[in-house]
Amino acid sequence: MKVIYILWLRQIKRFFRSKARIIGSVGQPLLFLLALGFGMGPIFEKAGEGNYISFLSPGIIGMTILFSSIFNGVDVIWDRQFGFLKETLVAPVSRFKIILGRTLGGATTSFLQGLIVLAITIPIGFSPNWSMLPIAVVFMFLIALFFTALGTSIGSSLKDMQAFQLIMNFLVMPIFFLSGALFPVEDLSKIMKYFVSANPLAYGIDGLRGSLIGVFHFGIGVDFLVLSVLTIIGLIISSYIFSKIEA
Amino acid sequence: MIIKVDNLSKKFKNFVAVDNISFVVESGSIFAFLGPNGAGKTTTIKMLTTLLRPSSGSVFLNNFDVDKDPGNVRKSFGIVFQDSSLDEELTAFENMNLHGVLYNVPKDILKDRIKQLLEIVELWERRNDQVKKFSGGMKRRLEIARGLLHHPKILFLDEPTLGLDPQTRNHIWNYIKNLNQEEGVTVFFTTHYLDEVERVASKVAIIDRGKIIIQGTIGELKEKTGADSLENAFINLTGKNIREEDSSSIDMMRNRRRVFKH
Repeated sequence: MKVIYILWLRQIKRFFRSKARIIGSVGQPLLFLLALGFGMGPIFEKAGEGNYISFLSPGIIGMTILFSSIFNGVDVIWDRQFGFLKETLVAPVSRFKIILGRTLGGATTSFLQGLIVLAITIPIGFSPNWSMLPIAVVFMFLIALFFTALGTSIGSSLKDMQAFQLIMNFLVMPIFFLSGALFPVEDLSKIMKYFVSANPLAYGIDGLRGSLIGVFHFGIGVDFLVLSVLTIIGLIISSYIFSKIEA
Repeated sequence: MIIKVDNLSKKFKNFVAVDNISFVVESGSIFAFLGPNGAGKTTTIKMLTTLLRPSSGSVFLNNFDVDKDPGNVRKSFGIVFQDSSLDEELTAFENMNLHGVLYNVPKDILKDRIKQLLEIVELWERRNDQVKKFSGGMKRRLEIARGLLHHPKILFLDEPTLGLDPQTRNHIWNYIKNLNQEEGVTVFFTTHYLDEVERVASKVAIIDRGKIIIQGTIGELKEKTGADSLENAFINLTGKNIREEDSSSIDMMRNRRRVFKH
């Protein structure tokens, strides 16, 4: 327990000490919110879909958590060759504890970034249903955990950073664009809907949007079930792959 | 015998990195493990420190089998890697403290032990500074102190003085020699600076193309090769040609990291 805690604490300390990272993590979501929110907003409203900022904000919160979680996980590659990870790999503690502390810590910092973005959406015009905030928080944390575990699995199976750009372009961006973060899923074509239902982030965003503004596609029960089952599977797979790491 | 290696080999796909090597290291000694680039030094250290599984052969550290009892083996050694494994965002003290928790050093003695070691490497005054503000030599000193925190029997040092100026190298070796004497810790190190080896090492082994080509005291090595210095003995044994290694993915990452960080 002590080991998991101190590895978690390490990630939290790193997060709060790196002001540049906190500011940087907010820059991109802010750009998306302003450009898309005010750019597409009028059309969205004309189409009778309501306030776009309200619709978009949960999606952008999800995006923030997705990007930073994947990055936290893939960071294993750097850390393994040039960083602190080697210190933990030769320590007399089980790999399972190391990966758990690391994943929980990484997920917590991604979650905090999500909270920061949530705070930013308010002055821009987002007015969520505050009474459902605790449920939204659960979804934010589940998204963070699942994608940190996914990133760690990818990072642990790669030898170097060469493939990182490939992962961003062919995995992370499609996950983001096909998650319903930017547009409603309801009226999509069959093929698109199929892709969206196969996308873990779609359930996270749906749960987040559902709890914050009351608009669901899959339903809160389905969202929670799918995401928590996937998170558990993700954690098991990432610990397995991580336990096989040789330096 | 604190380290006992028997017929140890490591094969990668179509390449034998370490080819059937055997050696022993006596308790309390300073042992230099030398060889040209790509000879198999780092692969051997990784196998000795449980980071890489041997293809065949056996390794005993502090009488524990590396393959069967990695937990006890890990408690028995401290290591300073070629690339820093400190957390640069944390302070010197926090890095030490984290190590203490990982190695389950009892809380009531941890703080005193940290103080004692940081004083030896002259970093106690800087204990609350983030490691990213430290110079290369200070980081290396901190890593050495950290490696000794849990009272290991063996300290592995993979090129501990690489890229440091002569003054700093001198200091680092003074600390290591002191710690070797005071704590009785066995030191196993690699380096390309053969003058350091002549000054501190009691035994030397030279590995080339995965095989140990000679081992013994520095005197014995000079005698066998008829050379007047260890450097000449080394060149007589391993040849004058520069070893051309294909750049590994790790080398490429190392370069990228330099660009990335500056």
